[in-house]
Amino acid sequence: MSEKQSMAAWWESRNKSLYDRLGGEGAVDAAVDIFYRKVLADERINRFFEGVDVQKQAAKQKAFLTFAFGGPNNYTGTDMRTAHARLVQAGLDDSHFDAVMEHLGATMQELNVPGDLIAEAAAIAESTRKDVLGR
Amino acid sequence: MITIRYGHRQFEPGPQESVLECLERGGVAIPSSCRSGSCQTCLMKATAGEPPTASQQGLKDSLKLGNHFLACICHPTESLEVALPQEAQGVTPATVKQLQLLNDDIMQVALECHDPIEYRPGQFINLFRDPGLGRSYSIASVPGADDHLQLHVRRLPNGRVSGWIHDELRTGQTVEVRGPAGDCFYVPGRPDQPLLLIGTGSGLAPLYGIIRDALLRGHSGPIRLFHGSRHRGGLYLTGELLELTRQYSNFDYVPCISGDDLPHGHAAGRAEAVALQEVSNLKGWRVFLCGHPEMVRTATKKAFLAGASMKEIYADAFNVNQAA
Repeated sequence: MSEKQSMAAWWESRNKSLYDRLGGEGAVDAAVDIFYRKVLADERINRFFEGVDVQKQAAKQKAFLTFAFGGPNNYTGTDMRTAHARLVQAGLDDSHFDAVMEHLGATMQELNVPGDLIAEAAAIAESTRKDVLGR
Repeated sequence: MITIRYGHRQFEPGPQESVLECLERGGVAIPSSCRSGSCQTCLMKATAGEPPTASQQGLKDSLKLGNHFLACICHPTESLEVALPQEAQGVTPATVKQLQLLNDDIMQVALECHDPIEYRPGQFINLFRDPGLGRSYSIASVPGADDHLQLHVRRLPNGRVSGWIHDELRTGQTVEVRGPAGDCFYVPGRPDQPLLLIGTGSGLAPLYGIIRDALLRGHSGPIRLFHGSRHRGGLYLTGELLELTRQYSNFDYVPCISGDDLPHGHAAGRAEAVALQEVSNLKGWRVFLCGHPEMVRTATKKAFLAGASMKEIYADAFNVNQAA
């Protein structure tokens, strides 16, 4: 590879969005089942999912992962607050949010995503904490 | 010039505009949420024209086949006629060709539609007693193999449509039907994939259609049906299903009884519990769940946790809001 080419490759990799580096829609598709299965199977948090339509919920999880992966989104904190208000009343707190973050990290590890990209996605997901917990 | 037709109105999308944005600009309210192609709230159907493949990302195969698309990421490459999924149905008269009791409270209704309708076994139609009073029934027949459209109507306590079908409807009478609709059907293309089908009561109707559709299309992977009822009298088409197991070695039928009185040759327990005990790892399986809403809800979750991909779970629950 000539120096020019390697410079170009370096420049591209530096400036590609997180979403593209993760693999775009295909990556979200691969992650959503693994992630949501972990969440539903987790005794610490699955009571918050009692009675929900799991198919509709899976689509919402996908929207969340797309957001965390830096993909196209229309994220508004207000929607997130409204959606979780009832759960906050039912006792949703930091420990539950932490559990979800744990599953996000484990999902990406399972898909062999490099650590620095996991950290970037986790930071984006972390930014929703105050909205989810209604603070 | 590319146009988008919705109802009686026609719109022209701007160069960067999605179908959703274009319709909204025209004052049409379309439900939407994430506006980025993942939450599927703005699901629509093209009733004429082909939506671009990119606008079908993440949809179930059966929805793709039915030209459904996500309006927020749809940048059409040709003119489209679009509708919300529940709107994309015409009404047609149909003549009752045959009425036959399949067990004590399930009536098979065979209909001949005056304008032949294109349907997939497992989809549903609405059958109307009068213009304001209709109910959804799943389709058990297979086009080409069966002469008429067949439904299994269970008599419900005080059922205003089911009671009328059982007591008053006669052969030769004309009724109105609307449809078909629904995405719970067999999509060809992966003939080796194992299929698991779980049904309760008249939830067998769509499954009976889906199974024969798959077999007639040459599906070669295992096809496992678990049909459940509280007692033996609630099961039906048992002879036909056993005959199918003799005819096709890849098809297997397990009648399940959840009540106390267990006849020989039947599995004990609820259909979804028996099924998930026998097939505990559903990774790679396609799953069909039809019948009582509680069973469908529980089984969807169990099937997903057992490894089935959410996109491979096709569900059709009885609508409880219209139970009477």
